[in-house]
Amino acid sequence: MNEHATKAAAFIKDEARTDWHDESLWFVRSKRDKAAHSIPEWEQLRELASQIKDHTLAHLDEYLEAFEAKAQENGVTVHWAADAGEHNRIVYRILSEHKAHRIVKSKSMLTEECGLNEYLEEKDLEVIDTDLGERIIQLREEPPSHIVMPAIHLKKEEVGELFHQKLQTEKGATDPKYLTEAARQHLRHSFLKADAAITGVNFAIAETGGVVVCTNEGNADMGTHLAPLQIHCMGIEKILPKAEHLGVFTRLLARSATGQPSTIFTSHHHKAKKGGAMHIVIVDNGRTTQLGRPDFRNSLKCIRCGACMNTCPIYRRSGGHSYDSTVPGPIGSILTPGIDLKKYSGLPFASTLCGSCSDVCPVKIDIHEQLYKWRQIIAEEGHLPAVKKQSMAIAGSVLSRPGWYKAAGKSARWLTRWLPRPLVYNPLNTWGRDRELPESPKQSFQEWYHKNRPAS
Amino acid sequence: MKIALFIPCYIDQFYPQVGVATLELLERLGCTVEYPEGQTCCGQPMANTGCEQDAIPTYKHYVNTFSGYDYVVTPSGSCAYHVRKHYDVIEQSPAVKQLRKRTLDLSEFLLDVLKVDELKARFPAKVGVHQSCHGLRGLRLGPGSERNIEAPSAIHTLLNMVDGVEIAGLDRADECCGFGGTFAINEPDISVKMGKDRIADHTRSGVEVITAGDMSCLMHLEGILRRQGSPVQVKHIAEILNSQA
Amino acid sequence: MSKEKILSGIKAAKPADKPLPEIPAFVVEGPPASEIFGSIAAQSGSRVVRASDFEDLATAVHTLFPYDITIATPLPSLKSAVNLQEVEPADLKTIDVAVLPGQPGVAENGAVWVTEQDCVHRVLPFIAQHLVLVLPEARIVRNMHEAYQQIKIDETGFGVFIAGPSKTADIEQSLVIGAQGARSLTIILT
Repeated sequence: MNEHATKAAAFIKDEARTDWHDESLWFVRSKRDKAAHSIPEWEQLRELASQIKDHTLAHLDEYLEAFEAKAQENGVTVHWAADAGEHNRIVYRILSEHKAHRIVKSKSMLTEECGLNEYLEEKDLEVIDTDLGERIIQLREEPPSHIVMPAIHLKKEEVGELFHQKLQTEKGATDPKYLTEAARQHLRHSFLKADAAITGVNFAIAETGGVVVCTNEGNADMGTHLAPLQIHCMGIEKILPKAEHLGVFTRLLARSATGQPSTIFTSHHHKAKKGGAMHIVIVDNGRTTQLGRPDFRNSLKCIRCGACMNTCPIYRRSGGHSYDSTVPGPIGSILTPGIDLKKYSGLPFASTLCGSCSDVCPVKIDIHEQLYKWRQIIAEEGHLPAVKKQSMAIAGSVLSRPGWYKAAGKSARWLTRWLPRPLVYNPLNTWGRDRELPESPKQSFQEWYHKNRPAS
Repeated sequence: MKIALFIPCYIDQFYPQVGVATLELLERLGCTVEYPEGQTCCGQPMANTGCEQDAIPTYKHYVNTFSGYDYVVTPSGSCAYHVRKHYDVIEQSPAVKQLRKRTLDLSEFLLDVLKVDELKARFPAKVGVHQSCHGLRGLRLGPGSERNIEAPSAIHTLLNMVDGVEIAGLDRADECCGFGGTFAINEPDISVKMGKDRIADHTRSGVEVITAGDMSCLMHLEGILRRQGSPVQVKHIAEILNSQA
Repeated sequence: MSKEKILSGIKAAKPADKPLPEIPAFVVEGPPASEIFGSIAAQSGSRVVRASDFEDLATAVHTLFPYDITIATPLPSLKSAVNLQEVEPADLKTIDVAVLPGQPGVAENGAVWVTEQDCVHRVLPFIAQHLVLVLPEARIVRNMHEAYQQIKIDETGFGVFIAGPSKTADIEQSLVIGAQGARSLTIILT
C-alpha cells in the first residue's frame, strides 16, 4: 500500500474521531456553499479570477519586474531566491543585519515549504508562530494538517492539555475562549518583544509594488507594526497585475476558505513604517519548472484557500498529515509530484477523481484532471508497484480482444459462483475484506442478447 | 438514427439485468438499437490506474466497434465521460471525433436527444438518489452542490416521471461513494468508509432502494449493504425507468 | 544571480498570452448599501450605531464603554489620553479604546478602510483592546470592486480593510471573538 493509504488506514481506525474530523471539515464546506450561493455572480467571479491568473502566468516575468521596480521606489528591499535554501539564507542574512533574534511569524505556507523555522532555530534564533493554530502545532512540534486551519485535527482537550504544559493554563481547562485568551496574553508578550516580523503574502500587486496579507486574528499586523523589521515572503505566483483585481480575489478568498464574506483584516503593505525596514523575498523553488509543464501549470493559480481540502471526501477521512507534504489534499497532490515524483507517487492515487475539488476551486484549477494526468506520468516513469503494472498490461490485452474478454468474464463468473467462500474471500481479495463481491449471474448480457434478440 | 448500445464490461458480466433494462427501455421508446458484436470495454480500468498506454488498444477496439453510428448509448456516466474526455490521446480521426461527441450516457440520450418528458413506468418505493461523480461533475448531468448555477438534474427529472417513486432527502446531496475504480483497491479503508457513510445518509432517510446512473457506484454500495445484511437494495436508473411494476 | 535565473526560467516556461478580462460592474437591485452594511457587520460581530443617536462623539464613546477607559484618538472632537504624535507605538498597549476615522465602508462584508494617515500608528487599530471606527454613512459602497475603485491602495504606506473584531476558530472550530487584535469593533455611522 502506498504511504498515504497506510497513514489513512491508521487514521481511520478511530472511526468516531474520523467522523468528527470529517464533519468539522464538511461544516466548513457547507459554510462555503452558503456564501457562494449568496453571490449571484459567484461563477462569474471564479471565471474572472481564473482568467486573471491565466493572463498573469503568461506575463509573469514582466509583472514580477514591474512589482520589484515599484516596491524599490517605495524604499522596499526586494530579494530573489531560486530555492528553499537560498530563501532561508536570505531571510537569515536580513535578520542578522538587523541583529534580530526574536522573530514573530504569521501564517506562511511558503516558509513551511522552505523549512524556515528549523533553519532559523538552528542558528539560535527564536521563532514564534503567531497564528493560533500555527502556535498550537508549533508547541506540539508537528506540522500543520490544513493550510488554513492548522490544528483542525486536534480536539480542545488536547489543546487544553498542551496549553497547561506550555502556557501554564489550568489543568483540564478546555473552554476555547479561556484557551484563546491565554494564547492572546502569551503572544502579546512576543509581539512587544519582537525584533522582526515575517509574514507570507496572499497577493502581491505589480501596479503598486505592495503586498496584501489577510488574517482573521490580526496577528500579522501585531507583528509587522511593532517590530522594526518586517519581511514578507512570497512565491512568484502570488503576483496580480492591478489593485482592481483585488476586488475579485478578496471576494473569493475568504468565502472559499471559511464561508466568511472576507477575512477580518486585509492589510496592504507598501512602505516601511517610520524608522522601520521592509523587505520582500520572492521565491521560485520549483515554480518555474511547474510553469513549464502545460498540463500542470494551472496549479500555480492556487490562492491557498483550502476549499479543495474541505470538500475532499478522502482528505476529510484521512487528515492532512497522511499526505506528508507541506500542502496536503487535492492541490498538494498535484503540486508535490512535480517536486518529487517518486516520494509523492501515491498522492494522485489518493483520490476517486470525484471532481468536487475542481468545482469549489475559486480559480478553476482542473485539479481532478491533473490528478489523472499525474497518474499517467507516474506509471510511465515506473513508479507503480510491479504487480499493478503487470495486471494492467494483462487487463489491456484481455479487454481489447473480444474472445479473450468473453472467456475471462465467463471464468470469473464461474469461479466466484462455484469456489468455496473462504477461497473467494481470501486475504488477497482486498475488495472482499469489507464488501461482498457482486452476485454471479448465469449469463452475461451478451449471452442474454444472443438468446433473446436473435440476429436478423 | 443509427443507435448502438454499449454495455460496459462489468455490467455485461455482473449486472446483465441493467443492460436488459436499458435495451428494453430504449425499444419501448421507439428506438431501433443495435448491439455491435465484440464490444468489450471503454478502457477506463487501465487508464484510471495510470496505464493509458495499456488502454489504447482497447480504445481503438471501441472506435472500430462503434464507428458509423449516430449515437452510442451506454448506461454508464463514467464510460461516456471517459470516451469523451480521455480519448484525446489517440489520433483524432473523423470516427474518433464523432464518437467523442456522440457517446452518451443513457440519461443524456433520453432527455437531450429523445426529449422524453413522460414515461409509462411505475416503481413505488422510497428511492435514494446517488449522483455518480463522473456523470454529475464530468458530464454535467446536474448542477452539483458546489456550483452556484441553475440547471436541471437529469436523474431527478427522469425519476419524477416514474409513478410511485418518492425521492428521499439526503444530508449530502452528491458526496462521492468511494469506489473510484483503482481507489477501491488502493485505499480500501477510506473507500469502504466513504461507502458506509453514504449508506448511512440514505438509511437515515428511510430509503428502500438506492439508484444511480453508474453501476460501479452501486456495485460498491451493494457490496457493503450485503455485508451489513441490510435490506436496502440498489437499482440502476435504467431498471427503475423500465419498471412496469 | 537568482533574479536573472528566475526571470529567464519564467520567460522560457511561460505559456502563450491570454488576455486580461474586463471586470464588470455587477449592478445589483436591492436595498441601499448602508442598510446591508449594518446587518452584515453585525453578523461579523461588529456593533453598528448612528452618531445621530448621541449628543456628540465623546458621549457616544462613553455610552458605548460605560466604564473607566483610556482612549487614543487623532480625532479633534475627542480627548486622547496619549499624544499620538509623541507616543511610542509599543506604549499603545495600555490603550483600552482606539477611536479612528475610516472610509469607505463596504456593505458586502461590513469592512472599513483605514489608512496609516487615519491611525497615525499602524499598530493602534490592533493593539487597543477595543476599536471604534467613525464612518460617514454616505461613504458606504456595495462591494469590494467599488471600494478598490474609490481608494488608492498605495496612497499611504499602509492601509487595511477591517471587517470586524479579531477572531479565531482554530480550537475545534469554536468561534472566539477577540484573538490577537482588538476584542471588539464598533462602527459609528455619521
